[in-house]
Amino acid sequence: MNIHTTPQRTPAETALIDAFSDRLSLLPGDGTVMLKRDDAIEAIKSGLPTRRIESWHYTDLRRLLTSVPDFDPAAVAKAIAPVVEGSAVLPVLNGVSSTKLPDIDGIAVQRLSEKLTDGSIAPGLDAYGADDAIGALNTAFVADGYFVDIADGTELDKPIELQNLQAGGQTHVRFSVRVGAGAKAVIVERQAGEGAALVSSVSQLLLEEGADVMWLIVQEQADTATHLAQFKAHLGKDAKLTLFVMNAGGNLVRQEVVVRTTGEGADFTLRGINLLAGDTHTDVTMVLDHAVPHTASTEVIRNVVTGRARGVFQGRINVHQYAQKTNAKMACNTLLLSDDGEFSTKPELEIFADDVVCGHGATVTEIDHSHLFYLMARGIDEKTARGLLVKAFVAEVIEELDDEAIVEALEARLDGWFVAHG
Amino acid sequence: MLEIRNLHARIVDDGTEIIRGLNLTVKAGEVAAIMGPNGSGKSTLSYILAGREDYEVTEGDILYNGQSILEMDPAERATSGIFLAFQYPMEIPGVATMEFLKVAMNEQRKARGEEPLKIPEFLKRVKDAAALLDMDMAMLKRPLNVGFSGGEKKRAEILQMKLLEPKLCVLDETDSGLDIDALKIVSEGVNALRAPDRAIVIITHYQRLLQYIVPDSVHVLYRGQVVKSGDKSLALDLEANGYAGVIGQAA
Repeated sequence: MNIHTTPQRTPAETALIDAFSDRLSLLPGDGTVMLKRDDAIEAIKSGLPTRRIESWHYTDLRRLLTSVPDFDPAAVAKAIAPVVEGSAVLPVLNGVSSTKLPDIDGIAVQRLSEKLTDGSIAPGLDAYGADDAIGALNTAFVADGYFVDIADGTELDKPIELQNLQAGGQTHVRFSVRVGAGAKAVIVERQAGEGAALVSSVSQLLLEEGADVMWLIVQEQADTATHLAQFKAHLGKDAKLTLFVMNAGGNLVRQEVVVRTTGEGADFTLRGINLLAGDTHTDVTMVLDHAVPHTASTEVIRNVVTGRARGVFQGRINVHQYAQKTNAKMACNTLLLSDDGEFSTKPELEIFADDVVCGHGATVTEIDHSHLFYLMARGIDEKTARGLLVKAFVAEVIEELDDEAIVEALEARLDGWFVAHG
Repeated sequence: MLEIRNLHARIVDDGTEIIRGLNLTVKAGEVAAIMGPNGSGKSTLSYILAGREDYEVTEGDILYNGQSILEMDPAERATSGIFLAFQYPMEIPGVATMEFLKVAMNEQRKARGEEPLKIPEFLKRVKDAAALLDMDMAMLKRPLNVGFSGGEKKRAEILQMKLLEPKLCVLDETDSGLDIDALKIVSEGVNALRAPDRAIVIITHYQRLLQYIVPDSVHVLYRGQVVKSGDKSLALDLEANGYAGVIGQAA
């Protein structure tokens, strides 16, 4: 005899399933896309992940996602200036892409709604694993975004900023970017908005041979928003990717980073800053696969925790059996500024090759008193001195990006957070 | 300007008494040298003057312009005009040196009720001071003291002292780690700050620095007390005969 019990659905699960029935007729997609959507909603019907699922252990989505807002077609998201002045902006406002697209040499831009309608994006909509709840949520509901193709050999002199701006309700957006062989680009992924929103955003990046990309995720959602995001990248031969993630907002945030080096000589750098305040929950989860020999990666995450905020960093590095000469280093450092805050770090190295250099480290510290004394001995009052030191702790990661315009622009975002949460 | 009366102080962590009944008076315009063997309490005295929390004053008082400073935190002491040039300046990654200088200068101006410096005026002051100390401006673009050599750190301390224009300067082993050329430059920088309304306290182990910054008074510190005071000839005497004679008399 089989006893099969399905736990009772949470209000959030019910709301998502109902929303899917309501939205279905409005969602773009050919037959293949619609089949993917059906699979995705089935995954949601079987329940949101709980802490019993290893990759969600520190972020029990089923418990933490207490409510889901309705879609709000009347919401009007405000356009904002790009992080780096002079960037070419591709805006998605309230989940809808723009019909007016910038004309840049070497770049082809298409609205993602069109790629859904003609089905050409369908292969990218598959979940990457049974625990891919963000992928499933996005695949079920995604209606728009951009597809960007940067031609081989193109070197952009200005960044491209992909904006996902919302004003409440639900938005489900996808950015798909291919960077051709030898091309060079800086891409900013801007995530911001206001209101009690549910946002899912998936970015897919393909780097061809020798491509060189700096991708900057700047997340500044309202402290009432749920932000579920995924960044997936494939790095070809000799491709170089620097991914910078700054979380400076949101009530419930999960940013997944899924990277696979598929060509020898590929080089991946992750630099992350989590600025956590209030009664919020922020999770950065990375899964990195070194799938071929001679690839390198370094990851540095810096966290500032104030108030009752909770943070998570899970960093999993899989070194496949044939991936000899892999060089991987991971560090997660937290500055804990309140007794009620917490940060959980879970580094995981799974190494099946025998000739590799891999390491990881995690620290939790308070402000260094000798540094504080030094600054105060120059007449800087305690509050200001603490502020300088906290900012310095995270600014170090930004300065490593080594591009003056980008460093200045990101430090301005940092200053904005410190002014708001001083 | 500075009057230390029967000062007793200990390390907070383990209660070890380092300063044991120290008396010292330094007048405005005076350059006082404090000498003594290792472990006599010289650096501890400098930290206590600057207000470091690791030390606790258990008895006595420190008067600055007639007012006790014991209840003031390090920032309040600094804005009132006390400056400590550290023996081992801290390296602070992520804090840009120029940003630090600007914040420090403007915080002190704010405390004195003055307007913040305009950027061009600030830059001019830093450039002028750096030129006098033969410092490269490129160095000041780096994070505070990070990757500076020992000599560069000491110069950076004197640069800060020049820019902040303190009234009571305490220099802790400023000569250590300096080659002879750097020592001359740093000494000239300090000498340029000699003024009738400013007192300078030089803490040093060796007489070498005092050839370039000639003191008005010399005080020998031993086991947390000033055991002998005199004029500059006392320093020469110590150099020739060592501390043993002076300490022997005290003991």
